[in-house]
Amino acid sequence: MELFAIIIGSIFANNVVFAQSLGICPFLGVSNKVGTAAGMGAAVTFVMAISSLVVWLLQYYVLVPLGMEYMQTIVFILVIAALVQMVEIVLKKISPSLYQALGIFLPLITTNCAVLGVALLLVQKEYNLLESVVYATSIALGFALALVIMAGIRERLELVDMPKGVKGVPIALITAGILAMAFMGFSGLV
Amino acid sequence: MGKNLKYFTDGILKNNPTFVLVLGMCPTLATTTSAFNGMGMGVATMFVLVMSNIVISLLKNVIPDKVRIPAFIVVISSFVTVVQLLMQAYVQDLYNTLGVFIPLIVVNCIILGRAEAFASKHNVWESALDGLGIGLGFTLALTLIGIVREVLGSGSIFGLDIWQGDGALVFILSPGAFFVLGYLMIVFRKLTSKNA
Repeated sequence: MELFAIIIGSIFANNVVFAQSLGICPFLGVSNKVGTAAGMGAAVTFVMAISSLVVWLLQYYVLVPLGMEYMQTIVFILVIAALVQMVEIVLKKISPSLYQALGIFLPLITTNCAVLGVALLLVQKEYNLLESVVYATSIALGFALALVIMAGIRERLELVDMPKGVKGVPIALITAGILAMAFMGFSGLV
Repeated sequence: MGKNLKYFTDGILKNNPTFVLVLGMCPTLATTTSAFNGMGMGVATMFVLVMSNIVISLLKNVIPDKVRIPAFIVVISSFVTVVQLLMQAYVQDLYNTLGVFIPLIVVNCIILGRAEAFASKHNVWESALDGLGIGLGFTLALTLIGIVREVLGSGSIFGLDIWQGDGALVFILSPGAFFVLGYLMIVFRKLTSKNA
């Protein structure tokens, strides 16, 4: 039951983009087409699930026993950067078709602050291993959901006639604001 | 001196990280719930930016080209840890409000972007000025967004009441961040396009 609450809570009520303001850069950058948005969402889900596992093991089997929690930020970002590279290499060898689909998005993920953010949050919330992986995966699914909804809207916005100063990022932000208000409606769920 | 001054002022207006380059959006949206919080985040980022720009430009001939990005990240995250520990020691309240966004300064694209695009090609003095300019541009933008959200959301500026009673709560919550940034960006574009 608790896992269920984590899943629903992180996909809808505490949606990573709309409620926690994490991962805004890729959210604004790669939400022009539904296809690319779905690809990016899948790549982030994949990396976040693996990185949460690695980060959890690192935190409780290396950093805590050594009493080096203050090195958290440095260790986590290096591990995530290395991990993204490794996922890219392994994927290229094992599943070229998946690599074809996700390949171009993988390097972008290192700069996605949601990945590091989730790593830090799951330590802060003191989740156990299973909860951490479930939490990270549902956060990533929430990110994918936000990205796909936004891309669908932006495809239509392309065709709308509007003043030059409003085009592009400003209208995307205002649309995101309206979506965020809609997502606030979920906050009663959990 | 004129050229150096330009490095400094470019960061505030022409290359404003928030309104023009649209970088570092996560802290911009998340931490500007009040003018003070926005300014705190801006100053913390500015410190990391200036220090990492200085160190990276000093090390630019030592760091091999192939591993420069990981090397930059190590330098940046060291300074972020410094900021984290300092804030924990001296401004505990602000540290608690900003929470996870302090360690997340590491992945702020502004800092890595300036390291890669500027500090690795210019001397120490120019890099420090560039960091100061960009950092100030970021701080000003964050403070401005913070002021607008605080006035509309809780009817005060820097904690000083303007009117009695509550404001529109939505501006303190995350939708308000998107709205305020979106509209401010439109205003900024309008003002700067007139000058050009």
